[in-house]
Amino acid sequence: MHAAVIVFPGSNCDRDLAVAFERAGARVSMVWHKDTSMPEGVDIIGVPGGFSYGDYLRCGAIAANSPICRAVVAHADRGGYVLGVCNGFQILTETGILPGALLRNAGLKYVCKPVDLHVTTDQSAFIQGYTAGSTITVPIAHHDGNYFADEATLDRLQAEDRVAFTYARNPNGSARDIAGILSKNRRVLGMMPHPERMAEPLHGGSDGAAMFAGLVQQLADA
Amino acid sequence: MKARVHVMLKSGVLDPQGEAVRHALGSLGFEGVQGVRQGKVIEIDLAETDAAKAEAVVTEMCEKLLANTVIESYSVELG
Repeated sequence: MHAAVIVFPGSNCDRDLAVAFERAGARVSMVWHKDTSMPEGVDIIGVPGGFSYGDYLRCGAIAANSPICRAVVAHADRGGYVLGVCNGFQILTETGILPGALLRNAGLKYVCKPVDLHVTTDQSAFIQGYTAGSTITVPIAHHDGNYFADEATLDRLQAEDRVAFTYARNPNGSARDIAGILSKNRRVLGMMPHPERMAEPLHGGSDGAAMFAGLVQQLADA
Repeated sequence: MKARVHVMLKSGVLDPQGEAVRHALGSLGFEGVQGVRQGKVIEIDLAETDAAKAEAVVTEMCEKLLANTVIESYSVELG
């Protein structure tokens, strides 16, 4: 399985994401934001956390219009897999690959702590390592993680079983406690919490590792 | 030609920063502040001299980059 991890100026979780994919058995290529295409044979693109382009204008807005993001959109349009974590989730909503937007946290503060997440679906390659209904612990670290979409969009996401994770205790005001959502074809996941930062015992927990292990297994079999 | 773009969160969207400013105004003794919404102003210097063309291109800029129309509304002022 071949994963590409995008590196924007200001990304700071790109290496963590690459290590998480590698430990799960994937081959990883780092891809610079000025590149215009993906390496040959990429199965999944990781859009990492951080502060791409200094979060200027809006979180993810400049990155969403960068040269490499056109290749990310093309990959998603072809039915390719994409994982966006934190700033990566913000970027995916800014490109329109995923619906909604991430607003400033309702409490206005940057929140950095482990949180409990309910796994709310098992219908996706991203969730193969988990059981629907279970609870996992992974950290969040964001100032703008307050998921917003209009009521009709929220209803549609829930009706189509596209909410992947919800917060057990809402830390940021997100609509319907949403922590992560899937695209319509279930091959794009955007989430604010960081599974790559809870991927081995030295991190203080390894609940995030199952996402990468499950993905590698699913995509290797495909 | 100069263009000035105002970007505001849409009316149904919670504005926590505006709320924080409202609370701060209250604690400074300003009474009767019933609501505060915080937005941004973007000034653009354009080579274009035709107002209609300038408005069209700035509107496109807003749709593509300057505003996220999922959560924000915008208005364009020329001159």
